[in-house]
Amino acid sequence: MKYIDEYRDGGLARSIAATIAKEALADRHYRFMEFCGGHTHAISRYGVEDLLPANVEMVHGPGCPVCVLPVGRIDDAIRLGMRPETTLCTYADLMRVPASGGASLLKAKAAGADIRMIYSPMDAVLIAEAEPARAVVFFAIGFETTTPSTALAIGLARRKGLTNFSVFCNHVLTPSAIRAILDTQGRPETERVRLDGFVGPAHVSTVIGTAPYVALAAEFEKPVVVAGFEPLDVVQAILMLVRQVNEGRSVVENQYIRAVTNAGNRIAQREIAEIFELRETFEWRGLGDLPASALRIREAYALFDAERRYRVVTTPAADNPACECADVLRGLKTPADCKLFGTVCSPETPMGSCMVSPEGACAAHWTYGRFRDRAKPAAPKARPVQAAA
Amino acid sequence: MSSPRLRARKLDIRGGLVDLSHGAGGRASAQLIDEIFRTAFDNPLLNQANDQAAFDVQAGRMVMSTDGYVIWPLFFPGGDIGSLAVHGTINDLAMAGAKPLHLAASYILEEGFPLADLRRIADSMGRAASEAGVAIVTGDTKVVERGKADGVFITTTGIGLVPPGLELSGDRARPGDVLILSGSIGDHGVAVMSKRSSLGFETEILSDSAALHGLVADMAAAAGPSLRLMRDPTRGGLAATLNEIAQQSCCGFLIEEAAIPVRPEVAAACELLGLDPLHVANEGKLVAVAAPGAAAALLRVMRAHPLGREACVIGEVVADDQCFVQMTTSFGGGRIVDWLTGEQLPRIC
Repeated sequence: MKYIDEYRDGGLARSIAATIAKEALADRHYRFMEFCGGHTHAISRYGVEDLLPANVEMVHGPGCPVCVLPVGRIDDAIRLGMRPETTLCTYADLMRVPASGGASLLKAKAAGADIRMIYSPMDAVLIAEAEPARAVVFFAIGFETTTPSTALAIGLARRKGLTNFSVFCNHVLTPSAIRAILDTQGRPETERVRLDGFVGPAHVSTVIGTAPYVALAAEFEKPVVVAGFEPLDVVQAILMLVRQVNEGRSVVENQYIRAVTNAGNRIAQREIAEIFELRETFEWRGLGDLPASALRIREAYALFDAERRYRVVTTPAADNPACECADVLRGLKTPADCKLFGTVCSPETPMGSCMVSPEGACAAHWTYGRFRDRAKPAAPKARPVQAAA
Repeated sequence: MSSPRLRARKLDIRGGLVDLSHGAGGRASAQLIDEIFRTAFDNPLLNQANDQAAFDVQAGRMVMSTDGYVIWPLFFPGGDIGSLAVHGTINDLAMAGAKPLHLAASYILEEGFPLADLRRIADSMGRAASEAGVAIVTGDTKVVERGKADGVFITTTGIGLVPPGLELSGDRARPGDVLILSGSIGDHGVAVMSKRSSLGFETEILSDSAALHGLVADMAAAAGPSLRLMRDPTRGGLAATLNEIAQQSCCGFLIEEAAIPVRPEVAAACELLGLDPLHVANEGKLVAVAAPGAAAALLRVMRAHPLGREACVIGEVVADDQCFVQMTTSFGGGRIVDWLTGEQLPRIC
């Protein structure tokens, strides 16, 4: 496959891996966080960690949009979907995310709610146009990558004069999450994650560019290398991070030059700014309430805002108390550290959101990497924990 | 004066639709069966027009299998629900090493279904059965109200006879055995997905839907008892099939990603849709587990057969009490090949 296979070349990977092994200082342990679920997925699917020396460790980050959505917002979406007049359109990843009381969109659909899986927000607009008697709600989630297409869908609905289309907006911002990971002032030692740098977002950066990370790299003295989602991109970014650490530098570098510029995609940024504005605060699973970390629909587009239209008031809901998703999302724990992992929590019966999306750290480790757990010294066998009611 | 014999008007195949009378057991049902199914499947046992087919069988080991077909769209590049319903059930028999003998076919039709489409499907079934040398000897037709089904659902049941000395079963894989794949994976799933309107991509890929019993007969003749088991990787793809075998045989597999043939168009479509070709369905491929000494002979006969030209060894059976299917990726790392979970989830970020 042209333009893809080049970035999965095993020979090149071995050669870069050999350079990493040579340049990584033997007496130092390197811990890098890959921010995006796309990177987590690539690392797991291609077995990237098998190519790295023992002293270079990858820590999974919070960049999986399904994973960071708090339970309360899934509850809201289910309530919207259960209204007799609405058709809730959603990305398939969200269907199995556990909500309060063991509910999920999948179960709501089975119980009769009109919930449809779509590939693009444009599909939701077309459904609204084709079925004027239905009130179509698009369940919008994602980082800056998916925000422009939601903006375009709202613009299209307005141009078409649709009055039966709205968006339940849950778009969040990447730099705020990176700040939340790094800014651990005032937190106990156990809640501080030791990191030497970041593999920076790929698709997000095509939209926002590399500039938004510059201040973060300087303030927290952590190198950031923006990298593509192919495995060779990741391996090369790791080498670039090792070099920055060795040289005592903490700057933003761009490995993904074939798609990312310093300023990003200005057209996409304009579309986003036209339709969305900053929320004062937004709850993230694992990271808590983060100021200025998410978007809502501007007053001028209120007709297309499901939150206004259906007077959505989100009630915060607790995660399963035994679920370690929150600590996994902050890089404090690995999936295998969770007592639920592989006992009651699996992709078929997820207890936490990290086990749902293929980009979630737990799902990626379960699907591709769990054979590695048996190589480690046997941990005391965890008793299966029952799901909280 | 005797009244003239009642002559029913022929079915209006071009513009006619299935209506409830076609399933009511009256004259309309008889006419539908006669003009569509009997014409398409034409064989002496069916032509006896009994409620069952009666025939003599040789003594030996019989196999029996049944499968329901609900595929959408009904017509896809490289096949349709009719040919698939023949190939799929023949393959289920063939994976036991059996020579398929007879098929039965049962239809659930939705009121309003175009007779032209029904004839096209029945003709395709008849052609597929005749090419495979297997007769459809009995059947049933029901009609349900509009909205209670989706066009047509077909169930086919088959029986077959296993040659003496052959004993294939999913629990017979042993560490050291070789794993052979008959050709490229993912063709059927991608061909069908390309016709789903919501996905909006075009490809030249044809479904690999085919009856595999001829290939199986050649393999059985070449390897005999060294052949441990065969499976056709349909729903859930190669990944599900290997995991099933690993569980049944209480063993693991170690496979090489670079050895598994995937057509570039299939790889590209999977890339676009966020799918793993290992999870995508096939309808004309098989995997075989055999004693290592039989590998060369098996590959020789498989590659000489039109349905096994790309046959290759993709891995081996290993001892593993956790039954992992492990794969060395082309990139050089290791991973598990796991069952497909729920829907194939597209990547959104």
